[in-house]
Amino acid sequence: MTLHLRAISKTFTGPRGAVPVLDQITLELPAGSISAIRGASGSGKTTLLLIAGGLLRPDQGTVHLGDEDLYAQGPARRAALRAAGIGFVFQQFHLLPYLNVRDNILVPALTGDAAALRPRALDLAERFGLSHRLDHRPAALSTGERQRVALARALLRQPRVLLADEPTGNLDQENAAVVLRHLDEFAQAGGAVLLATHDPRAAAHATRRWRLDHGQLHPDAAPVPAVQQATVTP
Amino acid sequence: MRLSVLILNELRHRWLNSVVSLMTALLAVGCLTAAVALLREHRLATDAIIASKEDETRTRLATLADDMRKITKRMGFNILILPKDQNLGDFYAEDFAQKTMPEEYGTRLAASGVATINHILPSLQQRVRWTERERTILLIGVRGELPITSGTPTTANTSDATTSTTAPSKLPPTPAAKTGDSKTGDSKTGDSKAGDSKAKKPLLPSVPTGKAVLGYDLHRSLKLKVGDRFILLERTFTVSECRPEKGTKDDITLWINLSEAQELLNQPGRINAILALECNCASTDRLGEVRAEVARILPDTQVIEYESQALARAEARNRAEAEGVAAIAAERQQRSQLEAEKERFAAAVVPLALLVCGVLIGLLSWQNVRERAVEIAILRTLGLGTGSILALVLFRAAAIGLIGSLLGFAGGLLAANLWAATPAMSIAVRELLTPTWLVTATLAGPLLAVAAAWLPALAAAQQDPANLLREG
Repeated sequence: MTLHLRAISKTFTGPRGAVPVLDQITLELPAGSISAIRGASGSGKTTLLLIAGGLLRPDQGTVHLGDEDLYAQGPARRAALRAAGIGFVFQQFHLLPYLNVRDNILVPALTGDAAALRPRALDLAERFGLSHRLDHRPAALSTGERQRVALARALLRQPRVLLADEPTGNLDQENAAVVLRHLDEFAQAGGAVLLATHDPRAAAHATRRWRLDHGQLHPDAAPVPAVQQATVTP
Repeated sequence: MRLSVLILNELRHRWLNSVVSLMTALLAVGCLTAAVALLREHRLATDAIIASKEDETRTRLATLADDMRKITKRMGFNILILPKDQNLGDFYAEDFAQKTMPEEYGTRLAASGVATINHILPSLQQRVRWTERERTILLIGVRGELPITSGTPTTANTSDATTSTTAPSKLPPTPAAKTGDSKTGDSKTGDSKAGDSKAKKPLLPSVPTGKAVLGYDLHRSLKLKVGDRFILLERTFTVSECRPEKGTKDDITLWINLSEAQELLNQPGRINAILALECNCASTDRLGEVRAEVARILPDTQVIEYESQALARAEARNRAEAEGVAAIAAERQQRSQLEAEKERFAAAVVPLALLVCGVLIGLLSWQNVRERAVEIAILRTLGLGTGSILALVLFRAAAIGLIGSLLGFAGGLLAANLWAATPAMSIAVRELLTPTWLVTATLAGPLLAVAAAWLPALAAAQQDPANLLREG
């Protein structure tokens, strides 16, 4: 088991009192799987991803990455586990605007062996069709390219888990297909993907689908479109 | 990917914040450097001014001392040797001695090798009625200076009538000359000493036979000029010199050769005074010292102090020296007070400037951290820990401080140089261009910037990325 969330509960306190977001959620992300969670806006999908990534401590429950309980660790160890084992992809890409493509992909190397990771960064850029964009900054990239840079960045340190929050939310169909194909490849290589999405196309790539509703996960029985092959568009 | 690459790229990306922060650090270090340079310049300038004043004072005092030496050489401590039976009351009342003594006393004194006297000037003077012109004058017969030797006394110059043709047209020994007025003395003779009489020139010349020197009032009122002939007590004289106005009895004095005066006054071989100049006295009882020696040589005489301007001038010199020292001390004190004021000013302004700059850098860092909140959250998701986020913010501040320091150090020195373009400032700048000061200045900016950015860095490190990421 790569990532195991067990009995996770989370309640936020707002001006109008306590708002329960997650209620006793248990989720397993085995290696080679893509788990898609769908739900309405504000249903708690992002909260669940943040908790799964060790960024938001749950009120109850545990999150295990392999054998290690993330929230039983101190902040430094948790950061190190996250750096080494978990990759993030966001809808807004969140690239650093002042770094070129090469350096954006290499940002996770700040916590690792930069020299050793440089060849892998170039390899990822090649795989994601970004080789000709290495010296360009995000502002000069298309949205699809930006998301591929974000994906390459997330995969730089060869994480076991990839947490993707609406990774295709800002992409056209073609670029979304490219990103989803890479998620497939990652899962096929033994990684576990947790995908929070509205996009039925993205959900169609999942091996397991869930629906988050009123703080609880339900199997998602909604129909999904057939998976289409995508090609990389530089 | 190194942290430095990220920091430098971010600095370039948010250039306005970076430039303002850099200028602030530059200002802080520049202010500090300029203050140190200006204070150092002031201190060096003070030292230079004081040294210059001391040199100037020393030079002036040396000049003064030299002048005094020359003056006192010419003037010395003057005495008048009178006949022993001369009533001093009468002498002071009449201003000349009524009693006489042998002219040989002068030559005897000169031949004695007297040690306490340098110049010997015998004279015969008397108030007489100039019948041809119906007026009273002071007639003085002079034979010039008698050189002091241990051998046979001789006149040192052309006092004798037979040698009058070669006599220098110098002034006769007037009372003014006797008292040291350099205008009336022969400056070329001022270096004589007892014991070296063979080398020295006469202090005061004689008047050639048949010639006369007229005081101002005489030649003016009688309308006589050089070369005119006139009759005095039935003897014809030619005017050899007309004296300028003195405002003393010299103005009604007529100087002629001693031998002629003796004949006119019916005092052959007699004189009534020997003026002695430049008395060399080692002890404080100078008059007593001279009297003792003169009494041994000329027992039938008495010695009175004629005038002693040398002492007054020596005292003036001492006072001038004291005033010079006091002026230096006053200058030093004034400069010290000015320096203390500048130090107090710098002690108030520099910390204030550092504080203001520190606060400004802190605010700019805060703004930067706020702008980068999402970026920092992303970095947290990518595995950067609290320490790395702290380092990210603080190294950025340190980089700004470092660049600001180097520019500020150079700018501070430049500003100080422009403010006070003096030689002392050049030295002060060179003194500050040492490894110690370079290291100090290089560290000042980063330390200030890091201290200022500490709170923003802590805030950034403690920021919860989940909140930002949940909000998109």
